[in-house]
Amino acid sequence: MAEEVVGMDYLTRWPRKLLTVYTPLAGFLVILLFPFYWMTVTTFKSNEELYNYKDYNPLWIHSPTLDNVKRLLFDTDYPQWLAITMTVAVVATFISLFASVLAAYAIQRLRFKGGQTVGLMIYLAYLVPPSILFIPLATMVFQFGLYDSPIALILTYPTFLIPFCTWLLMGYFKSIPYELEECALVDGATRIQILWKITLPLAVPGLISAGIFAFTLSWNEFIYALAFISSVEKKTVPVAVLTQLVEGDVYHWGSLMAGALLGSLPVAIIYSFFVEHYVSSLTGAVKE
Amino acid sequence: MPGPDMAIAAERKRVAQPTGSWVARTLDNPGVLAFLFMLPAATLLLVFLTYPLGLGIWLGFTDTKIGRSGVFIGLENYESLFQDSMFWLAVSNTVLYTVFATIGKFALGLWLALLLNNHLPAKALIRSIILVPWIVPTVLSALAFWWIYDPQFSIISWALTEMGLIDHYIDFLGTPNNARASLIAANIWRGIPFVAICLLAGLQTISPSLYEAAALDGATSWQRFRHITLPMLMPILAVVMTFSILFTFTDFQLIYAITRGGPAGTTHLMATLAFQRAIPGGQLGEGAAIAVAMIPFLLFATLFSYFALARRKWQQGGSDD
Repeated sequence: MAEEVVGMDYLTRWPRKLLTVYTPLAGFLVILLFPFYWMTVTTFKSNEELYNYKDYNPLWIHSPTLDNVKRLLFDTDYPQWLAITMTVAVVATFISLFASVLAAYAIQRLRFKGGQTVGLMIYLAYLVPPSILFIPLATMVFQFGLYDSPIALILTYPTFLIPFCTWLLMGYFKSIPYELEECALVDGATRIQILWKITLPLAVPGLISAGIFAFTLSWNEFIYALAFISSVEKKTVPVAVLTQLVEGDVYHWGSLMAGALLGSLPVAIIYSFFVEHYVSSLTGAVKE
Repeated sequence: MPGPDMAIAAERKRVAQPTGSWVARTLDNPGVLAFLFMLPAATLLLVFLTYPLGLGIWLGFTDTKIGRSGVFIGLENYESLFQDSMFWLAVSNTVLYTVFATIGKFALGLWLALLLNNHLPAKALIRSIILVPWIVPTVLSALAFWWIYDPQFSIISWALTEMGLIDHYIDFLGTPNNARASLIAANIWRGIPFVAICLLAGLQTISPSLYEAAALDGATSWQRFRHITLPMLMPILAVVMTFSILFTFTDFQLIYAITRGGPAGTTHLMATLAFQRAIPGGQLGEGAAIAVAMIPFLLFATLFSYFALARRKWQQGGSDD
C-alpha cells in the first residue's frame, strides 16, 4: 500500500479525532485482546494466587511460575497432541494444495466445456458446513475402518480446504497475463511445462496464501476431530484441551489456559510472518 | 548464409516438433489434461462431500444407530422431532443466536471498519492485531471465555464489583438467558475482526472524490454515510453477511466449548443437539434428521449470496466470466 487514500481526513481536528476515532479504537483493541491477556496471565500464575482475588490483584502476575506449563508438557500427552495436530494439518494442506492448483488451473486456463459450472459448484461446496456432514462422515469413517485414525482427518479436511484454496488460486491465475502462456505454447512448451515453469512461479504469493490459510483452518478444525477420534493419545490439540484437561468438576484453570495459549502459538507465529497474505486472501476470497 | 533470424526460426521449429511419446502428446490435449487435472479435487469432493451430503439425507429417513445399520422408516424421525420440545428450543435458540450475533457483529464490525478507514499511525499493525481473535482456534479462545464467565472467579464480575456497580457475582452461565447472552457475546467477539477487515477492504475501494463532491454540495457526514458509503458497500456487505450467517447458524464449537448445551439443554443449537443425539446418544438417524433440518435455511442463504454476487458483477459492468 504505497499511497494511502486519506480523503477528507485532514478536515477533522485533533481533539475531535481523539474522541471519535482514537478512544473507540482503543476500546475495540482492549476488548479484542483481553481474552488473550487473561489467558497469558492465568498461565503464569501459581494456584494460590490464581484463586485469591483479595490479596492479589487478578489483572497482574505477582510471582510468575512455569508450573502450569511444566505440568502440561510433562504430565499430559500435550507434546503428542501437538505432533498429531501438526502432522494432520501439514499433510491435509499439501493434499489440498496439490488438488486445488490443478483444479484451479484447469478451470481458469484450460477452459474446458462446463468449466464455469464446475467453478460455481466448488464455490457452493465451500458453503456446505461441517456440522451437517459429520454424522454421515462418521458412518463412512466406521465403514472404511478409519475410526480413531488420524487418516480419517487427513481425508476429510480437504473437503473444506479444497473449495477455499481453489477459489483463491483461480483469482491468482486470472491475474497472470494469458499472453505469457501463449508465447510458451508457440515456442512448443507442453501444458504441463507451462503450469510448472511459468504459471506456478508467478502464483507463488497465491500458493503461500492458500497454504497458510489451509494450515490455519486445519489447525482450528474441531467437530470432525471430536467425532472421529476417541483415543486420548491421538486427539488434536483443540479437542484434547477441552476433553482431557477437564477432570470431572475440577477445572485446573492454570493448565487449561496454558493449553489454550500453547495451542494458539503455532498459528499466531505463522500469522505474524504472513499477515499480508492472510488479509489479502481473506478479502480476496470475499471480493472475487 | 543463414542470418540470426533464420537460426531462431530453425530453433523454434526444432522445439515445436512433437518430440514426446504418445503419452506426452495425449497429455498436451487440453480436454484430456483438464479431466486429469480435475480428477484429484473432484474425487475428494465427490467422495467426502457430495456423497455424505446425500447419505445424511438418507440417514434422516432411517433409524440407524451406532454399530447397527438402520432401515427406512419414512418421516418418523421428523414426526418425533416435530413433537420434541427440545428440538424446537434448539431451533429458536439457533434463530435467536444467528439474529442477535449477526446484528452485533455487523454493527460493531462496520463501526470498527469506519474507524480503521481513517488516517492512522501504525495502521497496518493495528489491522493485524485486530485479526488475531479470528486466527486463533475458536475452541481455545472459547475456553478463555469459559474462564472469564466462571461463576466464582469471573474477572468481569470482579471488575464490576471493584467499581461498585454490582454487589454479587453474575451467574453468567447458570441461567438460560444469561448463558444465551454470554454465548452471543463470545460469538460477536470472534466475528468482529472478519467483518471489519472485509468491510474495510470494501471501504477502501470507494473513491474519495465522491465524498468531496457530496461535501461541496453540503451533505452532512450522516448523509455521506447513508447515501455514499452504505450503497457502495452493499454488494460486499451482502456477501460477507451470507458467509457470516451461514457459519453462525451452523455454529458448534463455541457452544460445545462453553456450555455444552447447558444449563439443562437450554442453550443447544441445532448443530450441538444433532451431535448430542448422534454421537454420545448413538441415534445417528435422529441426529442426521436434525442436521438435515438446517439445509432449507442454508439453501436460502446460498441463493441470497448468489444473487448478491450477480448483482455486484452487474454493478461493476463486468461480463459473466
